[in-house]
Amino acid sequence: MVQRIKKWFHRPTRLESHPTERARRRNLLPSSSSYFHRLTEEEERKLAKRFEGKLLLRREIPLSDPQFNDLLRHQLFTPHPSFIKTIFQTRCKRCNNDKPSLLASFPCAKCCRTHLYCRNCIMMGRVSECEVLYEWNGIRYQWPTLLNACTWKGVLTPAQEKAANLVKKAIADKSEMLVWAVAGAGKTEILFPGIELALSRGARICIATPRSDVVRELYPRIGQAFKNVEVEALYGKKKNKDGTAQIIIATTHQLLRFNEAFDVMIIDEIDAFPYHKDRSLAFATNRAAKKASAKIYLTATPRGDLKQKIRRKQLPHCFIPIRYHGHPLPEPKLVADFSLSKRLTNKQLPKSFIRWLDQRERKTRQLLIFVPTIQLAEQLKVETAAVLLLKKLIKDESEVAFAHAEDELREEKVRQFRQRNIYCLLTTTILERGVTFPSVDVVVLQANHDVFDEAALVQISGRAGRAKDDPDGEVIFIHDGKTEALVDAVHAIKKMNLRAKTFYTKESER
Amino acid sequence: MNRCLWCDEAIVNQFDWLTFFTGGEHQLLCEACLSQLETIRQPVCKKCFKMSNSKRCTDCKRWERFFSGDDPLEKNVSSFRYNEFLQEMIAKWKYRGDYVLGSVFEREIKRAFKFHYHALLKEAVIVPIPLSKSRMDERGFNQSEAIAEMATDDRKKIVQLFERIDDEKQAKKTRAERIFAKNPFKLLKTTNKTVILVDDIYTTGTTLRHAARLLKASGCPAVYAYTLVRG
Ligand SMILES: [Zn+2]
Ligand SMILES: [Zn+2]
Ligand SMILES: [Zn+2]
Repeated sequence: MVQRIKKWFHRPTRLESHPTERARRRNLLPSSSSYFHRLTEEEERKLAKRFEGKLLLRREIPLSDPQFNDLLRHQLFTPHPSFIKTIFQTRCKRCNNDKPSLLASFPCAKCCRTHLYCRNCIMMGRVSECEVLYEWNGIRYQWPTLLNACTWKGVLTPAQEKAANLVKKAIADKSEMLVWAVAGAGKTEILFPGIELALSRGARICIATPRSDVVRELYPRIGQAFKNVEVEALYGKKKNKDGTAQIIIATTHQLLRFNEAFDVMIIDEIDAFPYHKDRSLAFATNRAAKKASAKIYLTATPRGDLKQKIRRKQLPHCFIPIRYHGHPLPEPKLVADFSLSKRLTNKQLPKSFIRWLDQRERKTRQLLIFVPTIQLAEQLKVETAAVLLLKKLIKDESEVAFAHAEDELREEKVRQFRQRNIYCLLTTTILERGVTFPSVDVVVLQANHDVFDEAALVQISGRAGRAKDDPDGEVIFIHDGKTEALVDAVHAIKKMNLRAKTFYTKESER
Repeated sequence: MNRCLWCDEAIVNQFDWLTFFTGGEHQLLCEACLSQLETIRQPVCKKCFKMSNSKRCTDCKRWERFFSGDDPLEKNVSSFRYNEFLQEMIAKWKYRGDYVLGSVFEREIKRAFKFHYHALLKEAVIVPIPLSKSRMDERGFNQSEAIAEMATDDRKKIVQLFERIDDEKQAKKTRAERIFAKNPFKLLKTTNKTVILVDDIYTTGTTLRHAARLLKASGCPAVYAYTLVRG
């Protein structure tokens, strides 16, 4: 990055403003190092853009040793111990984990002694006791103020616009708010005016979501809407994880590397697993945002704690019960089938499903089938292909695929499905949210299984009828015994549709 | 409270009188995770422990032909079958460096050594397959050494005879590339004792045979192997 050796021009940085510090530096610096790098302001700005607002391990800082040591000596990086120890507990500085079961030790060959490492954030590269986390301490980077940055030329529906205005206000006030919008309400577009406003004030923006599929889906859309702004996606499998753009779209895990970086923090799918389960992810999103920052939460299915906050008026919110195309959410049809378990154990499709296949309204719609386990998805693939071939819905076995959480090819399969090269996709709850396909029928096999809670079922139903020219789509829950979640999910959808109707009447009365 | 080393769910100890009297074993994995580890079951290839109906699997026959009947490796013993779950666990253990995960295998490693190599171990030494310097710096530990240390309580039995010369990831090469690659090891010391090589995974058996060949050529009487997983 910074390679050329130049004369050291003395420029005051934040730390240097103290007179003794300035004197110390002047005396100490020029003579003490053999490799000596004199930074220009431009170079320091570049470094600031790359490293500011982060907390990084040495190996995450792609600078040569002499270069890095030089910066360290000039206190442009501040080292922090990677573990915070008190008498009672030890805590990982990066992810805030203090669970004893997620802290362990290993014999480090480099140091020839045994020491601590964090198991909780190990997927981001191991933090061990012999390592240090570095924070940039040079000049602050000035993000450009961009006027009229939004290049999206669409029009918001009245419902979207109402929400967009509230988002704008929260961003202007640097406050918190929740956007509760049904699946298909057009949540992303609601953000555009707010993001535009933030950019016009030189703000840095983060859109965080628990799932990498959602990051991959959002990235091109945000890029399209803000063509002249740097947008970067960060997720586990992506090679380049520099994180230097003004708009960052990241999985919550990736935020563990950030530290007071963002003026606007938008958290999509705030209710989604594993966000509501893993405390360190909530910690990461909090720390990644600046102390004074706007926080916008998006959800289609708020969980109990959020609902409570809304009820107690602790969290300003806006509710969008209607989809952008104005059509109601498809209401799921419950189909009881008491031979279901037996058929599934025999790796067969339930009879009720096959019967439904013959009665579908539109056979051109693709099929998205949710099953409770990966194994089942895999086992049913052959049978599904056989049945669909027999019914002449597909021409080749390859038009049926299954995708699951650990699937290396998931990204590719989802893409193929979206391009309609795959007619039927068997999947687990991993595709329950975020990803949209224009025209699908949705089936849940064994909808009474534990993995399908109310939120999951509502989200799954939201996969159907996303397109303007095919706003309906069928949603079939096949079960062998109603659960509370099933009943609640159907109830919740009906209620939202009802609210949508009254919303319309109210709007037209105005 | 005891938590599963893999999924971090609390482990509910099934309390019965047997565990009461024996003190019980400290369980490292929950039942759900434990059930996903597949141990190798008979029938296996007598030479390499691949699950197979014939006494010599096709892999081993190919090696016999390759060395014209003089395979430098006497025998390999393995404990687990390679499945997706184990693949993930091993990846987290060795690539991510989650050292403590290795202890999940300890009981099985000890059992396998006792059962198959008890007699042999009176004379033999255990030689872990080394990592290259850069890998070692990166990960901080060598998983083969960790296995060796779990296999025996007598640290003097473990000796390091090799150094790794190449730096390329074996995992990324194709089978043909792996077989024709030049020997990645350099012998640091010779030995006149029987050797039990230790590695984490037996995939094609090439790595072990590279090491075995060097040992045999320098006077080692016989080379055996233990690998945690037979791929
Ligand atoms: Zn951590
Ligand atoms: Zn477990
Ligand atoms: Zn064999």
